[in-house]
Amino acid sequence: MLLDIAALSKSFGSIVAADNLDLVVAANEAVGIIGPNGAGKTTLFNLIAGTLAPGGGTIRFGGCDITRAAPQTRCHSGIGRTHQIPQPFEKLTVFENLLVGAVHGRSMSEREAARSCGEILERLGLLRHANSLAGSLTLLQRKRLEMARALATAPKLLLLDEIAGGLTEGECAELIATIRDIRNTGVAMLWIEHVVHALLAVVDRLIVLNFGRKIAEGAPREVIRSPEVRQIYIGIEA
Amino acid sequence: MRAMKDGRPASGQMFSVATSGGGSRAALAAAAAILIMLAALPAFAARNLIQDLIFLFYMLALAQCWNLLAGFSGLISVGQQAFVGLGGYMLFALTLFAGLDPLLAIPLAGVVCATFALPTALIVFRLRGAYFAIGTWVVAEVYRLVFAQFKGLGGGTGTSLAPSVTSTVFGIEWVKALFDVRTPAARDIISYWGALVLMAGTLVFVYAVLRSRRGLALGAIRDQEAAAAGLGVDIYRTKRAVYVAAAAMTGMIGALIYLQKARISPDAAFSVLDWTAYVIFIVVIGGIGTMEGPVIGAIIFYLLQRYLADFGAWYLILLGTLAIAVMLFAPRGLWGFVAERFRVTLFPTRRRLVIGADEVKGG
Repeated sequence: MLLDIAALSKSFGSIVAADNLDLVVAANEAVGIIGPNGAGKTTLFNLIAGTLAPGGGTIRFGGCDITRAAPQTRCHSGIGRTHQIPQPFEKLTVFENLLVGAVHGRSMSEREAARSCGEILERLGLLRHANSLAGSLTLLQRKRLEMARALATAPKLLLLDEIAGGLTEGECAELIATIRDIRNTGVAMLWIEHVVHALLAVVDRLIVLNFGRKIAEGAPREVIRSPEVRQIYIGIEA
Repeated sequence: MRAMKDGRPASGQMFSVATSGGGSRAALAAAAAILIMLAALPAFAARNLIQDLIFLFYMLALAQCWNLLAGFSGLISVGQQAFVGLGGYMLFALTLFAGLDPLLAIPLAGVVCATFALPTALIVFRLRGAYFAIGTWVVAEVYRLVFAQFKGLGGGTGTSLAPSVTSTVFGIEWVKALFDVRTPAARDIISYWGALVLMAGTLVFVYAVLRSRRGLALGAIRDQEAAAAGLGVDIYRTKRAVYVAAAAMTGMIGALIYLQKARISPDAAFSVLDWTAYVIFIVVIGGIGTMEGPVIGAIIFYLLQRYLADFGAWYLILLGTLAIAVMLFAPRGLWGFVAERFRVTLFPTRRRLVIGADEVKGG
């Protein structure tokens, strides 16, 4: 298993964000996560990426225990993430934003990194804005920058946090194509998304979280049809 | 490149990175010419101009150090006077007690400041934003109170450098013979060269940091610390390195300042007004987060100080008014204002993506 999470727990006061959670992602597997607001989805990403320390349990990545590892160490070992609310380096240019990931995440020289950063920008449709300040981007472009920047670190596992929200149909289709592309290069992914049809177009397996617990897991279309999930997601269309 | 290996075929365009702008080579040549001129200046200039320039140079160097912390790394310290004072006191201690030559004591003072900055960083880096600012100030006050306890260095009232120290500084006989001047003037010339070296050294060092991979990390940390960590930046080590380096440089500048003043007291050496508030004024009116800003700010501050300091309270009121006006109408400082209009930069640090031969236009 690429990512192997066992008995993970995290509470904020009386609020339980992760409750004895087990979760695995195989290499080259795409796993979707859905769940109502406050189910602990983003907290799970923060625990995997190292922004938060868990209350209990273990996280193993590529066979190594990273439960207590620093965020930068996890990045070096191959975990890349996007943020639900984009966090660009606003006073750096779009290209420099990627360069940070390539130079510090992969220990490349700037010269070596230029090529892969340029290719990622091209693929994500940001090439025109390469030398603009990231602070000048629109929300959609900022979301693309989140992905581009994570890809610049050459991750083995990509954590995508609600990147399809607020997109038009056309933009969403384009995004799905881009994500499929990334998958085809051998990157595993864990994708939190409320836009379920986008998830279903890509993922191999779907996990449903509620109150920090896994309430359903399996083949995406079966999971969506299960009564438990129906109860949470009323009126869901798959 | 791994992520791109098998994906949608890239268009096959060539990408490379460029940092130096069009005018930068000319700027480099101009900077070298100015530096040579300044080095030769003591041959022609009057002694009071030399003294004024020493002041200008060390304020500029201090401003560059503060700007590296606040403008480029987001570490807004109000306590850099800790290292000015520590450096000054180290000069006194090393020359008076250990009998070292002052010119040797200056770099050693830098080493001592770096050594003290390490444990200080351990404390102040537990704080963020406004708390970091206040924390650094408190630490500087602790330094001041501690140095007031050393009876050998004059306690609370301070002490003076023995004339035997200042008149035997390395190279003074040679300067006296070369320019045909008396000992006090020769001392000033040596301090002047020292200040010039430190000022130029600070500029080169800050520029080198910004151009390095660490400079890239600093910008990321300043803008979004948590996101920077997720992209592989070791935030703590990067911040600590820049804090310690700034402390070492600030300490050397402090040692030079007090070699020139030849008298030190805790209240003067650890003065938040002289070594931090004025320095912030210089950086803010010149343009925070640019290397050109502190240069312009220091020149303006020097001129204001030279011609208006006699007006006492009105001088300070004017400084405050000017600072407020700049913050309101040109929040990126005077250089920021100029750079935006004319798209110029003398110290290019932006990495631009170059596609093939054509460069992508900034928007």
